[in-house]
Amino acid sequence: MSARPLGPWFTDPRDPALFEALQGGLPLVPRPYAAIGEQAGYTEAEVIERLREWRRTGLIKRLGVIVRHRRLGYRANAMVVWDVPDDSVSQAASLICQYPFVTLCYRRPRRGSEWPYNLFCMIHGHDRQRVESQIRQLIEGCEMTAWPTATLFSTRCFKQRGARYVPAPGAVSLKSIEPV
Amino acid sequence: MNDIDRAIINGLQGGFPVCERPYLAAAEKLGLSEEELIERLQCLLDNGTLSRFGPMYHAERLGGALSLVAMEIPAADFDRVAEQVNAFQEVAHNYARDHALNMWFVLATEKPERKDQILAEIERVTGYPAYDMPKLAEYFVGLRLEV
Repeated sequence: MSARPLGPWFTDPRDPALFEALQGGLPLVPRPYAAIGEQAGYTEAEVIERLREWRRTGLIKRLGVIVRHRRLGYRANAMVVWDVPDDSVSQAASLICQYPFVTLCYRRPRRGSEWPYNLFCMIHGHDRQRVESQIRQLIEGCEMTAWPTATLFSTRCFKQRGARYVPAPGAVSLKSIEPV
Repeated sequence: MNDIDRAIINGLQGGFPVCERPYLAAAEKLGLSEEELIERLQCLLDNGTLSRFGPMYHAERLGGALSLVAMEIPAADFDRVAEQVNAFQEVAHNYARDHALNMWFVLATEKPERKDQILAEIERVTGYPAYDMPKLAEYFVGLRLEV
């Protein structure tokens, strides 16, 4: 019996162990799913089946390289926000998402006079000047000039990762969770 | 960084194959051998370009809460508050930003109801309000970082 409820994702008692084994990353061996399976008590074929299922249902958002963007020279990190009328947010977002330099795009709640903005996007670039010109391009190209906007560049990064999401056992390190 | 590393990073940000020989399948698409791909990935991990090679889990689907939180902290108090906020194990990705709301971090809790408790605790310890901005919708972004 598992101490934790299996929930909708974990339909087999071995699933939490598989989830856990994958957290540190895939083994760099020719048959990684067989190696992971050994840790969780699954056969290679079972691991493949479970992973396909988790990917299909969205528990696994993506599978591949997770880069340290600062290491790659992406030091200009801008959060660009707008106050867009509620009935126009989706349309504005779909235009914004067409620009390849936009890495994330979300709708979030306004927070009174302190924070009137409801549409957020992130742009990661090599230098600030370039990112600023991309933002101008975005605002003009998406015909968003009428809406109040602000750009918030990051000036310091205190904690890029390392927090724990779920206390042990079954601990999920935040490094495997997408930054918001 | 050479062209091979660039191709690996650009080509493998998602969609890594789930089959018996995934490195072989991915390597073929990149015009590499299986051995070469494994070796380059090991290098990129060793030199810190990659933090991991594997799955990115979807936090909300795990049943937890994930939010973006902003605070307005006077410059003189900033380091103290940053230290207090970062001491919470539920806090990650804390950035200083150039706005009146100058501290922005991600809050992730195992149980959704825990989020409000942690927010209240952060406000109590630091003495400043924390503005919770959970995502209401996420829009599809096709391309990711290109190197």
